[in-house]
Order: sequence, then structure tokens, then C-alpha cells
Amino acid sequence: MVTFNLLVNAVVTGILLGGFYAAVTIGITIAFGMLDIVNIAHPVFIIMGSFIAYIVNRNFGLDPLLTVILATPLFFLLGIVIFRFYYAAFEKSGKGSLRGLAFFFGILFVIEVTLLLAFGVDYRLVQTSYIGPNIGFKHIDLPLRMVIPFVGSMTMVTGLYVFFSHTFIGRAIMAVAQDEFALSLMAVDTIALRQLAFGVAIATAAIAGGFLIVIQPVDPSLGREYIGRVFAICVLGGLGSITGTVIAALILGTVETITSTLFGPSWAPAVSFAALLLTLAIRPSGIMGR
Amino acid sequence: MPRHLINQSCLTRRHFNRALVGVGALAAYGSLPFASALGAEPIKIGFGMAQSGPLGGNGKAALLAIEMWRDDVNRQGGMLGRPVELVYYDDQTNPALIPGIYSKLFDVDKVDLVLGGYGTAVQAAALPIVMQRKQLLIGTGAVAVNDKYNYDKYFQMLPNGSTARTSTSEGFFQAAVTMQPKPETVAIVGAVTEFSHNVILGARENAEKYSLKVVFDRGYPPNQVEFGSIIRSIQAANPDVVFVASYPPDSAGVIRAAYEQKLQTRMFGGAMIGLQYSELKQQLGPMLNNVLCYEFYVPAPTTNFPGIEEFLHTYQERAKKAGADLLGFYLPPYAYAGMQILEKAVAMAKGLDATAIAKYIHANTFNTVVGEVAFAPNGDWAKPRLLYVQYQGIVGNDLEQFKQIGKQVIVEPQEFAYGKLRYPFSASG
Repeated sequence: MVTFNLLVNAVVTGILLGGFYAAVTIGITIAFGMLDIVNIAHPVFIIMGSFIAYIVNRNFGLDPLLTVILATPLFFLLGIVIFRFYYAAFEKSGKGSLRGLAFFFGILFVIEVTLLLAFGVDYRLVQTSYIGPNIGFKHIDLPLRMVIPFVGSMTMVTGLYVFFSHTFIGRAIMAVAQDEFALSLMAVDTIALRQLAFGVAIATAAIAGGFLIVIQPVDPSLGREYIGRVFAICVLGGLGSITGTVIAALILGTVETITSTLFGPSWAPAVSFAALLLTLAIRPSGIMGR
Repeated sequence: MPRHLINQSCLTRRHFNRALVGVGALAAYGSLPFASALGAEPIKIGFGMAQSGPLGGNGKAALLAIEMWRDDVNRQGGMLGRPVELVYYDDQTNPALIPGIYSKLFDVDKVDLVLGGYGTAVQAAALPIVMQRKQLLIGTGAVAVNDKYNYDKYFQMLPNGSTARTSTSEGFFQAAVTMQPKPETVAIVGAVTEFSHNVILGARENAEKYSLKVVFDRGYPPNQVEFGSIIRSIQAANPDVVFVASYPPDSAGVIRAAYEQKLQTRMFGGAMIGLQYSELKQQLGPMLNNVLCYEFYVPAPTTNFPGIEEFLHTYQERAKKAGADLLGFYLPPYAYAGMQILEKAVAMAKGLDATAIAKYIHANTFNTVVGEVAFAPNGDWAKPRLLYVQYQGIVGNDLEQFKQIGKQVIVEPQEFAYGKLRYPFSASG
């Protein structure tokens, strides 16, 4: 029987889950929504982040979230290198869209196979003090394993929002997203801005990877499970909108847990994607799309 | 030539001749089979085995066990006086690759015998090809693959028995009804996948058989991330017993969520794949306490089959280098036992004729590292032997503790039971 207590817990858990989904999706929002780069390999960069957190946690006992924060600059540089290659090989010659998609598919498989060869196919977990304990408020139980990634995710997303809307560089990137040609007429190096933004997108994957391995066990091929979900959230939120991404992620997370509680978890994906279709039917550009 | 050099030369030649005679004598005595096997045309055994994909971990461990058998049998002179050579490919846990792999094994590699890889889907894809060639197929592990075909040359090594759908959960329900007072209600939850779905169907049948009322019965999608809401819903139904049929990442998710939500019930566990793997055992550690789950082998006086200790000792040494499962309790002994059966049957059939080998396997019981094995007409084990074990007294995350007797207590079947079921379930250990 569904009680009020169950329902409240489902909503709260859904919000926590949505927060995690926002962290996983925000890199896609930047790359796909703002830069028009179909980085289908984004989830595998997240898995890379998870494995870095795993190695350091296993060998040195360091906290997985601290590890991925330290790994962020490396991911940023990796993003820049990948963008340079992508730009030189595809975008410059005007063959960005379809061949670029194939390029990122290739990256996805290369990283996945490298992880497979290096770590095998076993599921990996981490040990931290916040896996296991709960914090509770009256009838609401919040597993710290979900709360910490939620707080971390919201902090990261807020930071990115401030960066893109209140800093000179961030606003310049938003301007590139809106009209790159107009900016190039004003002698702005739009490629450098796009490169920077792509680096930021990949850097967010490191942090999301840390959240992921705290929440669930990870294996090299897990990234594929997230491809559909992250693109759905990105589209639902409205391409390129950070606020929209957060709202869409929270909606999807909440719909999943409420459906799971009311009708059973096997209905959750169907109801979530029905919500996506309904929203797009009413508002084709997404919740916050322009 | 100076005389001392001539002498040296004569001595060398004499020594060489003596050595040659010595080697000949040795070959004629203890090493004769080895010497003759080395010279003979090898017997090629071909198979696809998952080295990547969702079942890659199991496939790696099974492959290591099969390689150990090859090394052992070649040391003893091979089969039929011929050395054994393995020809295998990574099937990536992908049934779509199986037709290509097995066609290549038969037509290009010209293998003499084939094995089935690990997993129901891949063996289901391999069986029709093997049937077409009228060859023998000994599968590492699958459930109910031969039910539709009833092919008389198919055998598989998982101890689920010929009634796998119900036998996978039967031990759990048998253990449940030993509790006092007898439980009345059960919650059933599992992944919406082929394996879990079949297990859940069987669990419903067993619930009816053991007079337990199903008060919660739900599935979840394979990419489920959050399990807290499922555990809360189960708790709201307040069942006496909770049965879970899950895949490795879900098993970890369900156990963590039960631990976090402090699930209150009398018995918790089920057919949770993944808990048999070293990595998850080690990582979940004390969260496993009081969980009841199936295993194929755990150390206990009742499972001390002849040769199992030596096998595991060698396996565990080699697994470190091979990057395979470090304990090797799950699949490796069964993969090795399958090869022991093949070896014996080939020897007794005195050749590689598939019909003769299959006839011998059907007619006999085999003593292997996993005990006595006999097969039902459909090629599954004649008598199911899934061990339902309860994790007890797990402290910290040291893997070595899982090698100790008493940490994974067998509660069913009674024939192998070694310890008592602890209840009610307490998620805090």
C-alpha cells in the first residue's frame, strides 16, 4: 500500500537522483547544446573518471570525490586535445556533423576497450565513510551515498551557471553558442572559446564519474547505459540551457522514483520517456529552450 | 690435432651417446606418453568464451580453468596419446558473434571437439550450429538451452538441474520454511531480463508450493540506478521473506539500499548474481552479513570433493597473473570438471566420435573436482545442486576471510548443510 510517507520519500529520493543526473548531463549540455558537438563518448569519459577514483581509492584510500576534483584539470586538458583534433580533422573542413559523430563513437570504443584491457570486466566499487549511513528527518531517510553527489552536483552546476552567465569568458562562450559567425566578424577567436568550453564539458565528466562510482558499481561498458538518458535530459531541458538541464534532470529523477513506488520500477523508463515526448509535443524546444 | 683435444672430443661424443641412451630410457619408462604425445597431431578443442561484455569476468575465470586442464592433461600425455590444443575466441557475451565463431572453428580451424561458452544466450546461439554438424557440445554454463531441441549430444555444467526455473530458487524457499514460526508472506523483486524473469517465474511457483503468499511482486529495468525506493516499497508491504533475482550491479545496489534503509524482514536474499564474485564480496564486505544467496561452491567439510583444494590452490595462484576472479569458487571448478568429463569420455570411447562420447556421458556418473556428476536426458545435471549460503560474521573487506569455513554457511540443500540459518534478517550485520 502506498502511504504518504512512501510518496514523500520517493519525491526526495527522486530529487537526489535528479541531481546526480544533472551532473552526468551537464557536459552534454555544453558540448551538444552550446557547441553543437555530438559527443556521444561523454558517458565513457564519466566512466574514466570513475576508474581514476577507484584506482586512487583502492591503492591510497583517498576519497573518490576529492580524487576526481584533483583529476579535473587533466580532463580539461584532455578535452582541449580532443577538440583540437576534432576541429582540425572534421570541423575545419566542414565535415563536423556526421563524421564527427563517427569520431566520437570511435573514441567511445577506444576508451572502453582500453579500460577493459587495463581493468578487466569486473564491477568496481569504492569504500568511503558516506556509503552506508543515512541521515533522517522525521519520516524521511536520505542515504548519504545519494546526498553527497547531489550536493556536489548542485555546487558544480551552480558554479557553471555563474561562469557562463556572469564572467566575460563564459558570456563569450554563450555568444559563440548563439551566433558564432557574428562573433568571428568582430575578430573574436571563436575556436579558442569553443575549445575552452569543450575542455570544461570533459572536466565535468571527471566529477560526474566520482559521483557515479559512489552511487553504483562501475564496469567499463556501463557508460552505454547512460547515453540515452543524458541526451534525453539535454533535449528535455532545452539545448544549451544549464537551468533547463537541472530542471529536466530533477523531473526525470522524480518521475522515475514516483513511478517506481506507485506502479513498479519496470514502468519508470516508459513513464519518463512519455513525459519527455509530452513536453516536447507542447514545447518542442525543451523546457528552457529558446 | 693435439691429443688432449682428441680425448676431449671422444669424451664429449661418449657423453652425448650416454645421454641419448638415458633420454631414450626415460622416454620408454615414465615419460613415454609425453614423448609420444609431443610428436602426434594435436587434438584441437575450440570454443567461444566471453572475455569482455557483461559476462566477461566469468568467461575469463572459466578460460583459466580450461587452460589448467589442458596443461594437466598434456603433462600426463594428452588425450588418446595426442596433445591437446585450445582454439578460442572472445564472444564478447554477444550471441550475434557466435555463428561466425563456430563456423570458423569448424571450417577454418578444423577443430576436433567444441565447447560452449558461458551464458544462456551464447550457448543458445551455438547449439543449432553444433547440431547441424552432428557434433558434441559441452557448455560451461547455461539454463534450459536444450529444452526445445532435446539434442542428445549436448551437456552443460551449471548445477541448476533439468528444472532450472524452479530449482534456482527452491533452496531459498526450503530454507525459509525452516524458520519458526513458519513465514507466511514473501516479496519477489528482480530485473526485467531473461534470466531474472525465469527465476522469478520459478520463485512464484515455489512460493505457491511452500504456501507463502506473495505480497509484493515487481520487476525493475536493467539500467536501474536507485534501489532505495524499491526497498522502501518492500518494507511497506512488510513481508516475512524477501526474494531478489538480480544482476551484479543491481545486487550491489539492492544490498546497499537494504543496508541503508535498515530493512526489517525475517529472511533476505535470493538468486543474486554477482555476490559469487570476489570483487563484490570484498567490496560489500559486512553488508553481506545475513544475506542468503546461491553459490556453486564454498569451502565446507561437506563440499570437500576430491581434488577441489588442489585445483583452487593452483587456480588462485594463476588467477593473480591472469586477472581472473581471485577466489574462483563460482565457475572455474565447474569448467574444469566439464573437461574432466570430456577427457574420461574420450578415453572410454577410444576416439573422437561424438555419438560414442555422448553415449558414454549419458550412461555414466563422473567423479570430478565438484563431486559426482551425472546428466539428465536434456544434458543438464540429473540432480540440481545449488548451494544456498548465508554470509555470517563478515568483518571488514579482507578477501581472505571468504576462504574460511563458516563465513559462507551452507543452509540448503540439507545434504551439504553446514551451519544454521540466522534470522530474523538484520541489515546492520
